[in-house]
Amino acid sequence: MRITIKTIIAALLFLLATQASASADLADAAKGLLSKKYSDKIQATEAIAASGGARSAFLLETLLEGDLYAIKSDDRLVSRKKVNDGYQITDIITEENLGVVKSSDLSKIRINNKMRGLIKDLLGRLTLLNEDPALRLKAADSVFKSRPKEMIVPLGDALEAETDATVAAAMRRALAALNFVHGDTSEVQAEALLILEEQSNPEVKSLLSAEANRLAAIQNPSPENQALAKAVGDALAKVDEKLAMLGIVENVFQGISLGSVLLLAAIGLAITFGVMGVINMAHGEMVMIGAYTTYVVQELCRNFAPDLLVYSLVAAIPAAFIVSGLCGVAIERSIIRFLYGRPLETLLATWGLSLILQQFVRTIFGPTNKEVSSPDWLSGTWEITGGLALTYNRIAIIFFAAAVLLMLMLVLRKTAFGLQMRAVTQNRRMASSMGIRTGWVDAMTFGLGSGVAGMAGVALSQIDNVSPNLGQAYIVDSFMVVVFGGVGNLWGTLVGALSLGVTNKFLEPYTGAVLAKIFILVFIILFIQKRPRGLFALKGRAVEN
Amino acid sequence: MLGLRKVAGVITGAAMLATSAFGLSSAQAADDVIKVGVLHSLSGTMAISETTLKDAVLMMVDDLNKKGGLLGKKVEAVVVDPASDWPLFAEKARELIEVEKVDVVFGCWTSVSRKSVLPVFEELNSMLFYPVQYEGEESSRNVFYTGAAPNQQAIPAVEYLMSEEGGNVERWVLAGTDYVYPRTTNKILEAFLKSKGVAEEDIMINYTPFGHSDWQTIVSDIKKFGSEGKKTAVVSTINGDANVPFYKELGNQGIDAADIPVVAFSVGEEELAGLDTAPLVGHLAAWNYFMSMESEENDAFIKQWKAFIGDDKRVTNDPMEATYIGFKMWTQAVEQAGTTNVDAVRQAMYGQEVKNLTGGTAVMNTNHHLSKPVLIGEIQDDGQIETVWRTEDVVVGDAWSDFIPESAKLTADWTYPYVCGGCEKPMY
Repeated sequence: MRITIKTIIAALLFLLATQASASADLADAAKGLLSKKYSDKIQATEAIAASGGARSAFLLETLLEGDLYAIKSDDRLVSRKKVNDGYQITDIITEENLGVVKSSDLSKIRINNKMRGLIKDLLGRLTLLNEDPALRLKAADSVFKSRPKEMIVPLGDALEAETDATVAAAMRRALAALNFVHGDTSEVQAEALLILEEQSNPEVKSLLSAEANRLAAIQNPSPENQALAKAVGDALAKVDEKLAMLGIVENVFQGISLGSVLLLAAIGLAITFGVMGVINMAHGEMVMIGAYTTYVVQELCRNFAPDLLVYSLVAAIPAAFIVSGLCGVAIERSIIRFLYGRPLETLLATWGLSLILQQFVRTIFGPTNKEVSSPDWLSGTWEITGGLALTYNRIAIIFFAAAVLLMLMLVLRKTAFGLQMRAVTQNRRMASSMGIRTGWVDAMTFGLGSGVAGMAGVALSQIDNVSPNLGQAYIVDSFMVVVFGGVGNLWGTLVGALSLGVTNKFLEPYTGAVLAKIFILVFIILFIQKRPRGLFALKGRAVEN
Repeated sequence: MLGLRKVAGVITGAAMLATSAFGLSSAQAADDVIKVGVLHSLSGTMAISETTLKDAVLMMVDDLNKKGGLLGKKVEAVVVDPASDWPLFAEKARELIEVEKVDVVFGCWTSVSRKSVLPVFEELNSMLFYPVQYEGEESSRNVFYTGAAPNQQAIPAVEYLMSEEGGNVERWVLAGTDYVYPRTTNKILEAFLKSKGVAEEDIMINYTPFGHSDWQTIVSDIKKFGSEGKKTAVVSTINGDANVPFYKELGNQGIDAADIPVVAFSVGEEELAGLDTAPLVGHLAAWNYFMSMESEENDAFIKQWKAFIGDDKRVTNDPMEATYIGFKMWTQAVEQAGTTNVDAVRQAMYGQEVKNLTGGTAVMNTNHHLSKPVLIGEIQDDGQIETVWRTEDVVVGDAWSDFIPESAKLTADWTYPYVCGGCEKPMY
């Protein structure tokens, strides 16, 4: 009995001692991070990883996140957390709480890209068996990128134990890459190649191309090398084929996405210009006001209800509609109603107005860009397969544009206001005789168009600058879409926006962005010569004029 | 009624008298003030960048007056707004020089605005301080260039990326906005890369229009270009507003700085202020100044700026430092010359030294360009840029690039025996 207790105590002591020495090793290794030279820091990073233990992984993670600091007075390495009156610091090695200090007492441990890559690689090796599948996936990807030979065995073990299908696929790919690069026999390599050629990742292509380049550079290749070169070439062709297919899908998606942005920007104009016939050069500024409303709503949320910040964009949609809509009503009542039937004067007046609005916003908010942050559910990509990833914010904009279009259709077709609006645009005097307040309908219609433009501003704040010039960038495109689609027809605007978007995206890879834009413009000019009323001409208006 | 009219007449008369008296007194006072012209766009596309520089000049004029003015006179800033309209720049420059009779002008941002005012300054023999990094290939007797020439920004940045520490980049995407600065810079870079043995197919050049906002295709092209088995980097001369959607797209498509780093020449703290920089950590910027540099001068400058502008969140940037250096040099030169006469001040400018905000000293050379250090920094998650590499010594600004054969032969030197902004042989 006594012996057992003794043994246990001895074992515990031994354990403590080794732990103490491990943390001493770690502390020693970590000292190198204090150096100014990146070469020293890189050595230190490697030493930290080599010292092993859970603490070193934590240290590396903290370093990678940029949360590792040194106390200026005694060079102790700490992590920090923001509290009310400064920063709460914790010793990174001993986990000892060191109280609250000012930010000026700490100096940040800086890392560069090279170290970032190295740390990711080292962490990858340490976290292959982590509980969190997201971390395991990251680990598999980083092993795939760095391809260290000594990882073949651990990766194989991890793959066998893996339960998550996505992570397993990533591990299989990583293992294939390792076997292919480090494989001793041509059988192993050929087998790995079979797995690799099924992939559709740009990284796999990168790996295979590098190998193909290397094999091509060999003088007097042996028959084995020749066979391998041929196999690699075939696999590369297969991967390329898949990537090309995915490229087309991606292009279509990007075209639709650009089209939906154009649609959003133009849809308000389809009402003010298309339905009412007002050449509204201040349309872009309504979009801009919508974007600034988003910014204000977000700032209000940030200051008064930080918990609701993630939903601030949703709240901004009605707010932007109301603010821009009211601006529109005010503009119609104060300026545009005096200018009906005088397109040139309207053009000049609204253009002047757009300059006034821009400078007004510049005076209030300052000339610099405002940051409208994207909530988490809108950032990042949805990876469908290896080479095809669609960004969430673009997907959201496509749905948003569709929803706005649908709602506008419903308003125009199914409501009393929509009926009155159509009546006024088709025959103003008749509508007036039937007791419709045409002036009021004009103001509301213009307000509706402007409000919809404001809603477009909410979406554009996610992909573009929130600056006083935001609207200017979209005004020409908006007019192009409305004129091309056919004045006064929402379906025309939809088809016009989508076809211009997709055409632009298919031209761009061949011609570059500048020429693509020019080609589109020339195309529209020629098209308008043939069909002056656009794709979908309204018959009623044609008769009236 | 008649009485009222009479009263009105008297008031008008008095007002007129007062105005003329005031006008007279201001004309008399003109001898006691030194006028500094500020020619920066306060409206239009460039207002986003240029308004800051206008405020920087006002801050320094304010500071100078608090310290007792210049040559015992008060300094007065005359601010005009050329509204991002290039021909208007020339008109406003003429107005500043001929009507307002300013002694010096601080202004311009885009190269096209500088090119448009150049003839005015040369014709009227006035002096312009130009504070922005630019494409080089110019040296005017009437302009002092305090921003970086290509050899003080573009070339060191590319050399850094080629080095072991920068990641041994072998494949290059040169992406820029379609106008004179990116086109000339990329021409220089292409020649430089080829001289370093980079093959034609390893260079991809891409131009986009001003304010381009749909970067999906270009970013996925960059991704594809980067998957050919060689380490790839993007050199960005994308200007102004287009940067924000570009970086947003980079972040969204998950282009990681560790895989494909982007080094930018037109992105500073000010541009990053409108962005969530968390996905951009590690992408690079090359400048002569970062707000994060630790030095006494910089701390004082940032403190002064925040107090002047009344906003604790405002950032400083490289063109502001260039404006600061230019303004300090000009005041020193005026003091040394004892007059604001343009020719005398110009002579006094050569060899003038001002402490950089980043440590070390900037010197004005006879080619009207500065010697200053070059810094490479990485974007951090708080919107700041941290230095990861800097030149050991200052780099002398080179007006004519050595990598363009026609310009390699030219020398810019405004002192004897050259006295010329671009000659193959000395004039005298």
